[in-house]
Amino acid sequence: MLLEFNDIDTYYGDLHVLKKVNYSIEAGEIVSLLGGNACGKSTTMKTIMGVVRPARGTVIFDGQPIEKLPTSERVKRGIAPVLEARRLFPRMTVFENLEMGAYLRKRGAEFDQDLDRVYSLFPRVKERRNQVAGTLSGGEQQMVAMGRALMARPRLLCMDEPSMGLSPIFVDQVFDIIQQINKQGTTIFMVEQNANMALSIAHRAYVLQTGQVVLSGSAAELRRNPMIREAYLGEMQVPAA
Amino acid sequence: MSFSSLLLQQTINGLSLGAMYALLALGFTLIYGILELINFSHFNVFMVGSFIAMWTLQSFGLSGQSIILTGLPLVGVLLAAFAVTMLASGTLGVVIERVSLRPLRGITGPAAMITTIGVSYILFNIILVTVGADAKNFPNPLPPMRWHVDGAVLELREVLIWVVSLVLMAGLWLFVQKSRLGKAMRATAQDPEAARMMGVDVDRVIMTAFFLGSALAGAGGLIFGLYYNFTSFIIGFTAGLRAFTAAVLGGIGNVPGAMVGGILIGLIEAYGGQFIATEWADVIIFSILVLVLVFRPAGLFGRLAPSKS
Ligand SMILES: Nc1ncnc2c1ncn2[C@@H]1O[C@H](COP(=O)(O)OP(=O)(O)OP(=O)(O)O)[C@@H](O)[C@H]1O
Ligand SMILES: [Mg+2]
Repeated sequence: MLLEFNDIDTYYGDLHVLKKVNYSIEAGEIVSLLGGNACGKSTTMKTIMGVVRPARGTVIFDGQPIEKLPTSERVKRGIAPVLEARRLFPRMTVFENLEMGAYLRKRGAEFDQDLDRVYSLFPRVKERRNQVAGTLSGGEQQMVAMGRALMARPRLLCMDEPSMGLSPIFVDQVFDIIQQINKQGTTIFMVEQNANMALSIAHRAYVLQTGQVVLSGSAAELRRNPMIREAYLGEMQVPAA
Repeated sequence: MSFSSLLLQQTINGLSLGAMYALLALGFTLIYGILELINFSHFNVFMVGSFIAMWTLQSFGLSGQSIILTGLPLVGVLLAAFAVTMLASGTLGVVIERVSLRPLRGITGPAAMITTIGVSYILFNIILVTVGADAKNFPNPLPPMRWHVDGAVLELREVLIWVVSLVLMAGLWLFVQKSRLGKAMRATAQDPEAARMMGVDVDRVIMTAFFLGSALAGAGGLIFGLYYNFTSFIIGFTAGLRAFTAAVLGGIGNVPGAMVGGILIGLIEAYGGQFIATEWADVIIFSILVLVLVFRPAGLFGRLAPSKS
């Protein structure tokens, strides 16, 4: 198991957001986290990264508890985020944003290799490397956000709604690249509202509802599940005659 | 003196004052950029800095303006004085942050700002009680070299002030633009949470901002002493308020804005004093502040709050 949540409870003040949540993600998987607005998907990501601390429960990464570690230590151990709404550093250049992704790593041959890899996955990012990130289009920003996360050479990539605000063609491209990154050996935990797309590339998925995991299983199973079809895949159940 | 030589003379004076305000304004802007905090203790870190500078120069056996140095000894004494003053002032800033501001981190509202006002008064009163209320003669080892240019007088100390300020500002600029920690500072100012998730130690970044800002304020305090030949427990308020105005004028949070804003305030003070009346300097400076805030709330060069986009 690469990442495990064991009975995690997370609060913002009195607001109980994650309620005894359990996830487990194997190395090499793409696991998707589905759920409606405000159910705690981003809070899950923040709990993994350690910018939000759980009140109870343990987070295990690579066999070790990490829930008390500072964020920088988690990044060092190989967890990198692609944040909701990109969250690039808007007044820094594209290249500087990529550098920030590799903040805890030494400059040198490995850095150059990773930069080449990002540039070959996203030729557009290379073209725009000297542009100020705040002036990029939404799609370009998404590519930089993914590139920035890859610069950390992560073992686990935590993506929060990578398809948000992108055109359908671009969503296809992004999901292709996510699959490619996964095949190159990076485990992916991906929050999505676009359940259709998410279930088309994920191996497994969890469904979160008001802070509780209400369903989980293989992507194929979930695609057939009537509740999922109705709630997330935009299909109405045919009423019994 | 003809009008043009008066103008030139006041430009020279204004650039020296402006360089001092710019150094001081940078501290306000660095800390505001990262914490969205107006740090009023900065006023009196500058004042304490000028005392540290005075004691350092005295420890080299200098007193008043009678002992003149030239050549290598002069350069050595000045370098040492700037280094000691900046290190000590920077450390003072770090201690203030660690002791009085870090415990308040995460608390929203005016608590942190009020705390900086309290710290400012503590520094003010410590110097008042231990050193006394009278102005102190500030040692100045510079030889009385001066040049006449088109009817205006350019003194060695002004050239020194310009060179030192330029070097310090260029150094800060390079640090912020090129160094790893400098980039982490910019990233933190633009999106602290995202910076943290890149692995940035935000506490360390804040500490660095306090160190650099306070070290520059210390350099400003030394320049104040060399320029006016005195220092006193009271100097923090006027200079601090003008420097703060400079930071707001340039767009608080904006590093080049603070530099330009400082120079502008220095020039306004010098021209206003010459062509209107010295007593009106503050009226003019703060009227300009009000006008800028009314018509350009984000300052001349923009950037009011760190963007959270
Ligand atoms: N910093 C915070 N302080 C207080 N409440 C918060 C904070 N962050 C999130 N919340 C609340 O916690 C709940 C869960 O938020 P979260 O961002 O995890 O939702 P989400 O599932 O990611 O939703 P969306 O799909 O809209 O992004 C929401 O009700 C939100 O208002
Ligand atoms: Mg969310």
